Amino acid sequence: MPVRLLKFALSRKHPEARMFTRHEQLQPSYDVVIIGGGGHGLAAAYYLARDHGIRNVAVLEKGYLGGGNTARNTTIIRSNYLTPEGVRFYDESVRLWQDLSTDFDLNLFYSTRGHFTLAHTDAAMRTMRWRAEVNKHFGVASEAVDAQAVREALPMMDITCGGHAPVVGALYHAPGAIARHDAVAWGYGRGADRRGVEIHQNTEVFAIELEDKGSGPAVVGVITNRGRIATRKVLCAVAGSTPRLLNMVGLRSPIYIHPLQAMVSEPIKPWLDPIVVSASLHVYVSQSARGELVMGASLDPYELHSTRSTLDFAESLAAHMLDMFPFLSDVKVNRQWAGMADMTPDFAPIMGLTPVRGFYLDSGWGTWGFKATPVCGKTMSYTVARDEPHPLIQGFSLDRFGRYALTGEKGAASVGH
Amino acid sequence: MTCPVNGARAISEFVCGGELRAMPDPDTASDATWSDYVFNRNSVPAVKREWWCHTPSGVWFIAERDTATDAIQRTYLYEAGLTT
Repeated sequence: MPVRLLKFALSRKHPEARMFTRHEQLQPSYDVVIIGGGGHGLAAAYYLARDHGIRNVAVLEKGYLGGGNTARNTTIIRSNYLTPEGVRFYDESVRLWQDLSTDFDLNLFYSTRGHFTLAHTDAAMRTMRWRAEVNKHFGVASEAVDAQAVREALPMMDITCGGHAPVVGALYHAPGAIARHDAVAWGYGRGADRRGVEIHQNTEVFAIELEDKGSGPAVVGVITNRGRIATRKVLCAVAGSTPRLLNMVGLRSPIYIHPLQAMVSEPIKPWLDPIVVSASLHVYVSQSARGELVMGASLDPYELHSTRSTLDFAESLAAHMLDMFPFLSDVKVNRQWAGMADMTPDFAPIMGLTPVRGFYLDSGWGTWGFKATPVCGKTMSYTVARDEPHPLIQGFSLDRFGRYALTGEKGAASVGH
Repeated sequence: MTCPVNGARAISEFVCGGELRAMPDPDTASDATWSDYVFNRNSVPAVKREWWCHTPSGVWFIAERDTATDAIQRTYLYEAGLTT
Protein backbone atom coordinates (compact mmCIF):
# COMPACT_ATOMS: atom_id res chain seq x y z
CA MET A 1 0.00 0.00 0.00
CA PRO A 2 2.69 2.63 0.85
CA VAL A 3 4.43 1.98 -2.51
CA ARG A 4 1.16 2.45 -4.32
CA LEU A 5 0.49 5.62 -2.39
CA LEU A 6 3.93 6.97 -3.30
CA LYS A 7 3.39 6.16 -6.99
CA PHE A 8 0.04 7.88 -6.86
CA ALA A 9 1.54 10.97 -5.26
CA LEU A 10 4.25 11.23 -7.91
CA SER A 11 1.98 10.41 -10.85
CA ARG A 12 0.90 13.11 -13.27
CA LYS A 13 -2.32 11.26 -14.02
CA HIS A 14 -4.74 12.58 -11.42
CA PRO A 15 -7.25 11.57 -10.43
CA GLU A 16 -7.31 7.77 -10.38
CA ALA A 17 -9.57 5.86 -12.73
CA ARG A 18 -13.22 5.85 -11.68
CA MET A 19 -14.30 3.10 -9.33
CA PHE A 20 -16.86 1.64 -11.74
CA THR A 21 -17.47 1.41 -15.46
CA ARG A 22 -20.57 3.23 -16.61
CA HIS A 23 -22.64 1.09 -18.99
CA GLU A 24 -24.91 3.04 -21.34
CA GLN A 25 -27.06 0.06 -22.31
CA LEU A 26 -28.52 -2.95 -20.55
CA GLN A 27 -27.75 -6.24 -22.29
CA PRO A 28 -30.78 -8.21 -23.51
CA SER A 29 -29.98 -11.03 -21.10
CA TYR A 30 -27.82 -11.94 -18.10
CA ASP A 31 -27.10 -15.19 -16.29
CA VAL A 32 -27.95 -13.52 -12.98
CA VAL A 33 -29.70 -10.24 -12.20
CA ILE A 34 -29.12 -8.83 -8.73
CA ILE A 35 -31.69 -6.27 -7.60
CA GLY A 36 -30.21 -3.85 -5.11
CA GLY A 37 -26.79 -2.19 -5.34
CA GLY A 38 -26.03 -2.07 -1.64
CA GLY A 39 -23.33 -3.97 0.21
CA HIS A 40 -25.20 -7.28 0.11
CA GLY A 41 -26.01 -7.20 -3.61
CA LEU A 42 -22.54 -6.06 -4.61
CA ALA A 43 -20.88 -8.64 -2.36
CA ALA A 44 -22.96 -11.38 -3.97
CA ALA A 45 -21.92 -10.11 -7.42
CA TYR A 46 -18.27 -10.03 -6.33
CA TYR A 47 -18.22 -13.60 -5.05
CA LEU A 48 -20.29 -14.89 -8.00
CA ALA A 49 -17.60 -13.55 -10.33
CA ARG A 50 -14.60 -14.39 -8.16
CA ASP A 51 -15.51 -17.75 -6.65
CA HIS A 52 -18.09 -19.22 -9.02
CA GLY A 53 -16.93 -17.92 -12.41
CA ILE A 54 -20.33 -16.35 -13.17
CA ARG A 55 -19.49 -12.96 -14.69
CA ASN A 56 -22.46 -12.25 -16.93
CA VAL A 57 -24.20 -10.53 -14.03
CA ALA A 58 -26.07 -7.22 -13.76
CA VAL A 59 -26.56 -5.35 -10.49
CA LEU A 60 -29.60 -3.05 -10.77
CA GLU A 61 -29.86 -0.14 -8.36
CA LYS A 62 -32.86 2.18 -8.25
CA GLY A 63 -30.89 5.08 -6.77
CA TYR A 64 -27.14 5.30 -6.37
CA LEU A 65 -24.73 2.65 -5.25
CA GLY A 66 -24.64 1.99 -1.52
CA GLY A 67 -27.17 4.75 -0.81
CA GLY A 68 -29.65 2.61 1.09
CA ASN A 69 -29.12 0.87 4.40
CA THR A 70 -25.43 0.32 3.57
CA ALA A 71 -24.96 4.05 4.13
CA ARG A 72 -27.51 4.37 6.92
CA ASN A 73 -26.34 1.86 9.55
CA THR A 74 -24.09 2.53 12.53
CA THR A 75 -21.25 0.34 11.13
CA ILE A 76 -20.98 -2.06 14.07
CA ILE A 77 -19.58 -5.53 13.38
CA ARG A 78 -19.93 -8.32 15.95
CA SER A 79 -20.76 -12.00 16.22
CA ASN A 80 -22.02 -12.30 19.83
CA TYR A 81 -25.38 -13.74 18.84
CA LEU A 82 -27.69 -16.06 20.71
CA THR A 83 -28.59 -18.98 18.44
CA PRO A 84 -26.03 -21.50 17.10
CA GLU A 85 -27.16 -20.62 13.54
CA GLY A 86 -26.55 -16.93 14.20
CA VAL A 87 -23.21 -17.33 15.97
CA ARG A 88 -21.71 -19.57 13.26
CA PHE A 89 -22.96 -17.26 10.52
CA TYR A 90 -21.76 -13.95 11.99
CA ASP A 91 -18.47 -15.46 13.14
CA GLU A 92 -17.70 -16.38 9.53
CA SER A 93 -18.62 -12.81 8.60
CA VAL A 94 -16.20 -11.31 11.15
CA ARG A 95 -13.42 -13.53 9.76
CA LEU A 96 -14.14 -12.30 6.23
CA TRP A 97 -14.21 -8.67 7.43
CA GLN A 98 -10.75 -8.91 8.90
CA ASP A 99 -9.15 -9.67 5.49
CA LEU A 100 -11.37 -7.47 3.40
CA SER A 101 -9.14 -4.38 3.16
CA THR A 102 -6.30 -6.52 1.77
CA ASP A 103 -8.72 -8.37 -0.48
CA PHE A 104 -9.95 -5.08 -2.02
CA ASP A 105 -6.69 -3.11 -1.77
CA LEU A 106 -8.89 -0.41 -0.29
CA ASN A 107 -8.76 0.91 3.26
CA LEU A 108 -12.04 0.07 5.00
CA PHE A 109 -10.86 1.66 8.28
CA TYR A 110 -11.70 -1.65 9.92
CA SER A 111 -11.11 -0.98 13.58
CA THR A 112 -11.40 -3.63 16.29
CA ARG A 113 -12.66 -1.85 19.40
CA GLY A 114 -14.25 -4.38 21.73
CA HIS A 115 -17.98 -4.31 22.33
CA PHE A 116 -19.83 -3.94 25.65
CA THR A 117 -23.51 -4.84 25.88
CA LEU A 118 -24.52 -3.38 29.23
CA ALA A 119 -26.91 -5.21 31.53
CA HIS A 120 -28.95 -3.11 33.95
CA THR A 121 -31.01 -5.93 35.45
CA ASP A 122 -30.43 -9.49 36.65
CA ALA A 123 -32.65 -10.74 33.82
CA ALA A 124 -30.46 -9.01 31.25
CA MET A 125 -27.36 -10.41 32.97
CA ARG A 126 -28.78 -13.91 32.61
CA THR A 127 -29.14 -13.40 28.83
CA MET A 128 -25.54 -12.11 28.72
CA ARG A 129 -24.28 -15.29 30.41
CA TRP A 130 -26.35 -17.38 28.01
CA ARG A 131 -24.92 -15.54 25.00
CA ALA A 132 -21.38 -15.81 26.41
CA GLU A 133 -21.74 -19.58 26.80
CA VAL A 134 -23.20 -20.11 23.31
CA ASN A 135 -20.46 -17.88 21.87
CA LYS A 136 -17.64 -19.68 23.67
CA HIS A 137 -19.02 -23.03 22.56
CA PHE A 138 -18.55 -21.92 18.95
CA GLY A 139 -15.13 -20.39 19.60
CA VAL A 140 -16.30 -16.75 19.65
CA ALA A 141 -14.59 -14.52 22.22
CA SER A 142 -17.38 -13.30 24.51
CA GLU A 143 -17.56 -13.18 28.26
CA ALA A 144 -19.89 -11.93 30.94
CA VAL A 145 -18.16 -9.31 33.07
CA ASP A 146 -19.18 -7.54 36.30
CA ALA A 147 -19.83 -3.86 36.99
CA GLN A 148 -16.25 -3.34 38.19
CA ALA A 149 -14.84 -4.47 34.85
CA VAL A 150 -17.22 -2.09 33.05
CA ARG A 151 -16.14 0.76 35.35
CA GLU A 152 -12.49 0.12 34.55
CA ALA A 153 -13.06 -0.09 30.80
CA LEU A 154 -15.39 2.92 30.66
CA PRO A 155 -14.22 5.30 33.41
CA MET A 156 -16.00 8.22 31.73
CA MET A 157 -19.41 6.60 32.03
CA ASP A 158 -21.87 7.28 34.86
CA ILE A 159 -22.19 3.68 36.02
CA THR A 160 -25.57 4.42 37.64
CA CYS A 161 -26.89 5.87 34.34
CA GLY A 162 -28.47 8.91 35.95
CA GLY A 163 -29.36 6.90 39.03
CA HIS A 164 -32.26 5.04 37.47
CA ALA A 165 -30.57 2.18 35.57
CA PRO A 166 -27.36 1.15 37.37
CA VAL A 167 -25.09 -1.16 35.37
CA VAL A 168 -24.82 -4.61 36.99
CA GLY A 169 -22.54 -6.14 34.36
CA ALA A 170 -22.05 -6.60 30.66
CA LEU A 171 -21.33 -8.98 27.83
CA TYR A 172 -17.85 -8.15 26.55
CA HIS A 173 -17.07 -9.17 22.99
CA ALA A 174 -13.44 -8.42 22.11
CA PRO A 175 -13.74 -8.81 18.28
CA GLY A 176 -16.44 -6.10 18.10
CA ALA A 177 -15.42 -3.64 15.39
CA ILE A 178 -16.49 -0.76 13.19
CA ALA A 179 -15.71 -0.06 9.52
CA ARG A 180 -16.25 2.65 6.96
CA HIS A 181 -19.53 1.53 5.41
CA ASP A 182 -19.39 3.37 2.05
CA ALA A 183 -16.00 1.86 1.30
CA VAL A 184 -17.46 -1.61 1.72
CA ALA A 185 -19.94 -1.02 -1.10
CA TRP A 186 -17.25 0.61 -3.26
CA GLY A 187 -14.76 -2.19 -2.60
CA TYR A 188 -17.20 -4.92 -3.55
CA GLY A 189 -18.48 -2.86 -6.48
CA ARG A 190 -15.03 -2.19 -7.87
CA GLY A 191 -14.00 -5.83 -7.40
CA ALA A 192 -17.13 -7.05 -9.19
CA ASP A 193 -16.77 -4.43 -11.96
CA ARG A 194 -13.18 -5.47 -12.65
CA ARG A 195 -14.33 -9.07 -13.03
CA GLY A 196 -16.94 -8.21 -15.66
CA VAL A 197 -20.08 -7.59 -13.59
CA GLU A 198 -22.20 -4.68 -14.88
CA ILE A 199 -23.45 -2.19 -12.31
CA HIS A 200 -26.45 -0.14 -13.44
CA GLN A 201 -27.48 2.76 -11.23
CA ASN A 202 -30.74 4.68 -11.66
CA THR A 203 -32.30 1.45 -12.88
CA GLU A 204 -35.58 0.61 -11.24
CA VAL A 205 -37.32 -2.75 -11.45
CA PHE A 206 -41.03 -2.46 -12.32
CA ALA A 207 -41.92 -6.13 -12.67
CA ILE A 208 -40.50 -9.63 -12.62
CA GLU A 209 -41.72 -11.96 -15.38
CA LEU A 210 -42.64 -15.50 -14.42
CA GLU A 211 -43.69 -18.53 -16.43
CA ASP A 212 -45.33 -21.71 -15.22
CA LYS A 213 -44.91 -24.85 -17.30
CA GLY A 214 -46.77 -27.00 -14.81
CA SER A 215 -43.96 -27.39 -12.26
CA GLY A 216 -44.58 -24.09 -10.48
CA PRO A 217 -43.61 -20.50 -11.28
CA ALA A 218 -40.11 -19.71 -12.53
CA VAL A 219 -38.32 -16.43 -13.28
CA VAL A 220 -37.82 -15.60 -16.97
CA GLY A 221 -37.19 -11.87 -17.03
CA VAL A 222 -37.10 -8.48 -15.36
CA ILE A 223 -38.83 -5.30 -16.58
CA THR A 224 -36.97 -2.11 -15.73
CA ASN A 225 -37.30 1.58 -16.52
CA ARG A 226 -34.59 1.00 -19.12
CA GLY A 227 -36.16 -2.00 -20.83
CA ARG A 228 -36.60 -5.74 -20.45
CA ILE A 229 -33.88 -8.19 -19.45
CA ALA A 230 -34.14 -11.95 -19.94
CA THR A 231 -32.77 -13.95 -17.02
CA ARG A 232 -33.46 -17.21 -15.18
CA LYS A 233 -32.00 -16.09 -11.87
CA VAL A 234 -32.86 -13.04 -9.80
CA LEU A 235 -31.34 -12.25 -6.41
CA CYS A 236 -33.42 -9.83 -4.36
CA ALA A 237 -31.21 -7.81 -1.97
CA VAL A 238 -33.29 -4.68 -1.41
CA ALA A 239 -33.75 -4.44 2.40
CA GLY A 240 -36.71 -2.13 3.06
CA SER A 241 -38.17 -2.61 -0.43
CA THR A 242 -38.38 -6.40 -0.08
CA PRO A 243 -42.20 -6.57 0.37
CA ARG A 244 -42.65 -4.64 -2.89
CA LEU A 245 -40.40 -7.07 -4.77
CA LEU A 246 -42.11 -10.09 -3.18
CA ASN A 247 -45.45 -8.66 -4.29
CA MET A 248 -44.18 -8.72 -7.90
CA VAL A 249 -43.68 -12.49 -7.73
CA GLY A 250 -46.80 -13.19 -5.65
CA LEU A 251 -45.03 -14.29 -2.46
CA ARG A 252 -46.07 -13.47 1.09
CA SER A 253 -43.63 -13.06 3.97
CA PRO A 254 -43.57 -12.03 7.64
CA ILE A 255 -41.39 -9.02 6.84
CA TYR A 256 -42.62 -5.69 8.18
CA ILE A 257 -41.02 -2.30 7.55
CA HIS A 258 -40.23 0.18 10.31
CA PRO A 259 -37.86 3.14 10.03
CA LEU A 260 -34.65 2.93 12.05
CA GLN A 261 -33.06 6.27 12.84
CA ALA A 262 -29.53 7.22 13.80
CA MET A 263 -27.49 10.37 14.32
CA VAL A 264 -23.92 11.60 14.76
CA SER A 265 -22.45 14.29 16.97
CA GLU A 266 -19.97 16.91 15.90
CA PRO A 267 -16.38 15.56 15.84
CA ILE A 268 -14.70 15.58 19.25
CA LYS A 269 -11.35 14.36 20.59
CA PRO A 270 -11.09 10.58 20.85
CA TRP A 271 -12.32 9.40 24.24
CA LEU A 272 -14.50 6.37 23.54
CA ASP A 273 -12.58 3.33 22.38
CA PRO A 274 -15.07 0.45 22.79
CA ILE A 275 -18.50 0.20 21.27
CA VAL A 276 -21.16 0.54 23.99
CA VAL A 277 -24.68 -0.81 23.79
CA SER A 278 -27.45 -0.55 26.33
CA ALA A 279 -30.63 -2.41 25.53
CA SER A 280 -32.51 -0.92 28.48
CA LEU A 281 -31.61 2.65 27.58
CA HIS A 282 -32.05 2.04 23.83
CA VAL A 283 -28.58 3.31 22.94
CA TYR A 284 -25.67 2.06 20.91
CA VAL A 285 -22.71 4.29 20.39
CA SER A 286 -19.18 4.25 19.02
CA GLN A 287 -16.71 6.96 18.09
CA SER A 288 -15.72 7.02 14.44
CA ALA A 289 -12.23 7.63 13.03
CA ARG A 290 -13.37 11.21 12.42
CA GLY A 291 -14.24 11.67 16.09
CA GLU A 292 -17.99 11.76 15.61
CA LEU A 293 -20.14 9.81 18.04
CA VAL A 294 -22.25 7.48 15.92
CA MET A 295 -25.45 6.80 17.83
CA GLY A 296 -28.48 4.64 17.23
CA ALA A 297 -31.55 3.55 19.13
CA SER A 298 -34.62 1.39 18.69
CA LEU A 299 -36.98 1.22 15.74
CA ASP A 300 -39.73 3.72 15.19
CA PRO A 301 -42.82 2.12 16.70
CA TYR A 302 -45.03 1.67 13.63
CA GLU A 303 -44.92 0.70 9.95
CA LEU A 304 -43.68 3.40 7.60
CA HIS A 305 -42.01 3.24 4.19
CA SER A 306 -40.07 6.45 4.52
CA THR A 307 -36.64 7.68 5.56
CA ARG A 308 -37.85 10.80 7.36
CA SER A 309 -36.27 11.84 10.67
CA THR A 310 -38.11 12.93 13.80
CA LEU A 311 -37.31 15.29 16.67
CA ASP A 312 -38.82 12.76 19.11
CA PHE A 313 -36.06 10.36 18.21
CA ALA A 314 -33.22 12.86 18.60
CA GLU A 315 -34.58 14.05 21.95
CA SER A 316 -35.04 10.62 23.45
CA LEU A 317 -31.68 9.31 22.23
CA ALA A 318 -29.89 12.44 23.49
CA ALA A 319 -31.58 12.05 26.89
CA HIS A 320 -30.38 8.47 27.20
CA MET A 321 -26.88 9.39 26.03
CA LEU A 322 -26.74 11.98 28.81
CA ASP A 323 -27.81 9.39 31.38
CA MET A 324 -24.68 7.45 30.45
CA PHE A 325 -22.31 10.31 29.59
CA PRO A 326 -23.47 13.53 31.32
CA PHE A 327 -20.33 15.43 30.24
CA LEU A 328 -21.63 15.41 26.64
CA SER A 329 -24.30 17.98 27.41
CA ASP A 330 -22.53 20.69 25.38
CA VAL A 331 -21.86 18.49 22.35
CA LYS A 332 -24.02 19.19 19.31
CA VAL A 333 -25.77 16.76 17.01
CA ASN A 334 -24.47 17.10 13.48
CA ARG A 335 -26.67 14.89 11.34
CA GLN A 336 -29.69 12.67 11.68
CA TRP A 337 -31.13 10.17 9.20
CA ALA A 338 -33.22 7.02 8.86
CA GLY A 339 -33.28 3.76 6.93
CA MET A 340 -36.12 1.35 6.25
CA ALA A 341 -35.54 -1.83 8.24
CA ASP A 342 -37.07 -5.09 6.97
CA MET A 343 -37.92 -6.73 10.29
CA THR A 344 -38.83 -10.37 10.92
CA PRO A 345 -40.77 -11.88 13.85
CA ASP A 346 -37.76 -13.86 15.14
CA PHE A 347 -35.07 -11.23 14.42
CA ALA A 348 -33.23 -13.61 12.09
CA PRO A 349 -32.88 -12.95 8.35
CA ILE A 350 -34.77 -14.63 5.52
CA MET A 351 -32.33 -16.06 2.99
CA GLY A 352 -32.17 -18.66 0.27
CA LEU A 353 -34.53 -20.30 -2.18
CA THR A 354 -38.21 -19.40 -2.52
CA PRO A 355 -41.24 -21.21 -4.00
CA VAL A 356 -40.55 -19.25 -7.22
CA ARG A 357 -37.75 -21.04 -9.10
CA GLY A 358 -34.84 -18.75 -9.84
CA PHE A 359 -35.96 -16.11 -7.30
CA TYR A 360 -33.50 -15.93 -4.41
CA LEU A 361 -33.97 -13.87 -1.30
CA ASP A 362 -31.43 -12.05 0.84
CA SER A 363 -33.77 -10.18 3.14
CA GLY A 364 -35.12 -9.72 6.63
CA TRP A 365 -31.97 -7.82 7.50
CA GLY A 366 -33.82 -5.46 9.78
CA THR A 367 -31.38 -3.73 12.07
CA TRP A 368 -28.54 -6.27 11.79
CA GLY A 369 -27.52 -6.38 8.11
CA PHE A 370 -24.28 -4.40 7.79
CA LYS A 371 -22.13 -6.77 9.82
CA ALA A 372 -23.34 -9.68 7.67
CA THR A 373 -22.40 -8.11 4.32
CA PRO A 374 -19.40 -10.34 3.46
CA VAL A 375 -20.92 -13.62 4.60
CA CYS A 376 -24.21 -12.82 2.84
CA GLY A 377 -22.32 -12.26 -0.39
CA LYS A 378 -20.46 -15.54 0.08
CA THR A 379 -23.46 -17.65 0.99
CA MET A 380 -25.91 -16.08 -1.46
CA SER A 381 -23.48 -16.41 -4.39
CA TYR A 382 -23.11 -20.10 -3.51
CA THR A 383 -26.89 -20.43 -3.25
CA VAL A 384 -27.52 -18.72 -6.59
CA ALA A 385 -24.70 -20.54 -8.42
CA ARG A 386 -25.71 -24.00 -7.21
CA ASP A 387 -29.44 -23.47 -6.78
CA GLU A 388 -29.23 -24.92 -3.27
CA PRO A 389 -28.94 -23.11 0.07
CA HIS A 390 -25.46 -22.75 1.57
CA PRO A 391 -25.18 -24.84 4.78
CA LEU A 392 -24.69 -21.69 6.89
CA ILE A 393 -28.07 -20.21 5.89
CA GLN A 394 -30.32 -23.25 6.20
CA GLY A 395 -31.75 -21.97 9.48
CA PHE A 396 -32.84 -18.75 7.75
CA SER A 397 -35.14 -20.11 5.02
CA LEU A 398 -38.49 -18.49 4.21
CA ASP A 399 -40.39 -21.74 4.83
CA ARG A 400 -39.37 -21.87 8.53
CA PHE A 401 -42.47 -19.86 9.43
CA GLY A 402 -44.82 -22.37 7.76
CA ARG A 403 -43.06 -25.10 9.78
CA TYR A 404 -43.29 -23.07 13.01
CA ALA A 405 -39.50 -23.55 13.30
CA LEU A 406 -38.27 -20.04 14.08
CA THR A 407 -34.66 -19.03 14.74
CA GLY A 408 -35.18 -16.84 17.83
CA GLU A 409 -32.51 -14.15 17.76
CA LYS A 410 -34.30 -11.33 19.55
CA GLY A 411 -32.18 -11.76 22.69
CA ALA A 412 -29.11 -10.75 20.66
CA ALA A 413 -30.61 -7.65 19.08
CA SER A 414 -28.64 -4.68 20.30
CA VAL A 415 -31.61 -2.83 21.71
CA GLY A 416 -35.03 -4.00 22.86
CA HIS A 417 -37.28 -3.22 19.93
CA MET B 1 -53.67 11.87 15.47
CA THR B 2 -57.34 12.46 16.19
CA CYS B 3 -58.79 10.11 18.77
CA PRO B 4 -62.52 9.56 18.05
CA VAL B 5 -63.26 10.16 21.76
CA ASN B 6 -60.59 12.64 22.93
CA GLY B 7 -59.97 14.65 19.77
CA ALA B 8 -56.59 15.69 18.36
CA ARG B 9 -53.69 14.64 20.61
CA ALA B 10 -49.90 14.39 20.29
CA ILE B 11 -48.73 11.28 18.44
CA SER B 12 -46.63 10.30 21.47
CA GLU B 13 -49.88 9.48 23.31
CA PHE B 14 -50.75 6.74 20.81
CA VAL B 15 -49.64 3.17 20.27
CA CYS B 16 -50.11 1.28 17.01
CA GLY B 17 -51.72 -2.16 17.35
CA GLY B 18 -51.03 -3.27 13.79
CA GLU B 19 -53.16 -3.76 10.72
CA LEU B 20 -56.81 -4.80 11.07
CA ARG B 21 -56.91 -8.44 9.96
CA ALA B 22 -59.53 -11.17 9.95
CA MET B 23 -58.59 -14.16 12.11
CA PRO B 24 -59.34 -17.57 10.59
CA ASP B 25 -61.26 -19.97 12.85
CA PRO B 26 -58.48 -21.66 14.90
CA ASP B 27 -60.53 -24.87 15.21
CA THR B 28 -60.88 -25.41 11.49
CA ALA B 29 -57.90 -23.59 9.95
CA SER B 30 -55.12 -25.73 8.50
CA ASP B 31 -51.56 -25.30 9.81
CA ALA B 32 -50.66 -23.43 6.64
CA THR B 33 -53.58 -20.99 6.94
CA TRP B 34 -52.84 -20.45 10.61
CA SER B 35 -49.11 -19.77 10.09
CA ASP B 36 -50.02 -17.37 7.28
CA TYR B 37 -52.25 -15.52 9.74
CA VAL B 38 -49.78 -15.57 12.61
CA PHE B 39 -46.63 -14.59 10.72
CA ASN B 40 -47.27 -13.13 7.31
CA ARG B 41 -47.97 -9.45 6.82
CA ASN B 42 -48.99 -7.28 3.92
CA SER B 43 -46.06 -4.86 4.01
CA VAL B 44 -46.54 -3.20 0.65
CA PRO B 45 -47.01 0.54 1.24
CA ALA B 46 -50.69 1.54 0.95
CA VAL B 47 -53.53 3.17 2.83
CA LYS B 48 -54.26 0.65 5.56
CA ARG B 49 -56.80 0.20 8.35
CA GLU B 50 -54.90 -0.11 11.60
CA TRP B 51 -55.68 -0.53 15.28
CA TRP B 52 -54.46 2.38 17.37
CA CYS B 53 -54.81 3.05 21.08
CA HIS B 54 -54.92 6.39 22.88
CA THR B 55 -52.93 5.19 25.88
CA PRO B 56 -53.89 7.80 28.55
CA SER B 57 -57.58 6.93 28.13
CA GLY B 58 -57.26 3.37 26.82
CA VAL B 59 -59.44 3.99 23.77
CA TRP B 60 -58.87 1.52 20.93
CA PHE B 61 -59.99 2.68 17.51
CA ILE B 62 -59.33 2.34 13.79
CA ALA B 63 -57.13 4.72 11.80
CA GLU B 64 -56.82 4.77 8.03
CA ARG B 65 -53.21 5.70 7.39
CA ASP B 66 -51.00 5.86 4.32
CA THR B 67 -47.93 3.82 5.26
CA ALA B 68 -45.86 5.50 2.53
CA THR B 69 -46.39 9.09 3.68
CA ASP B 70 -47.60 8.65 7.29
CA ALA B 71 -50.71 10.77 6.45
CA ILE B 72 -53.65 9.82 8.67
CA GLN B 73 -56.80 10.00 6.58
CA ARG B 74 -59.59 9.01 8.94
CA THR B 75 -60.09 7.72 12.49
CA TYR B 76 -63.22 6.12 13.92
CA LEU B 77 -64.36 3.60 16.50
CA TYR B 78 -64.44 -0.07 15.52
CA GLU B 79 -67.74 -1.56 14.44
CA ALA B 80 -68.33 -5.28 14.12
CA GLY B 81 -68.01 -6.54 10.57
CA LEU B 82 -65.30 -4.08 9.57
CA THR B 83 -62.70 -5.84 7.43
CA THR B 84 -59.31 -5.03 5.98
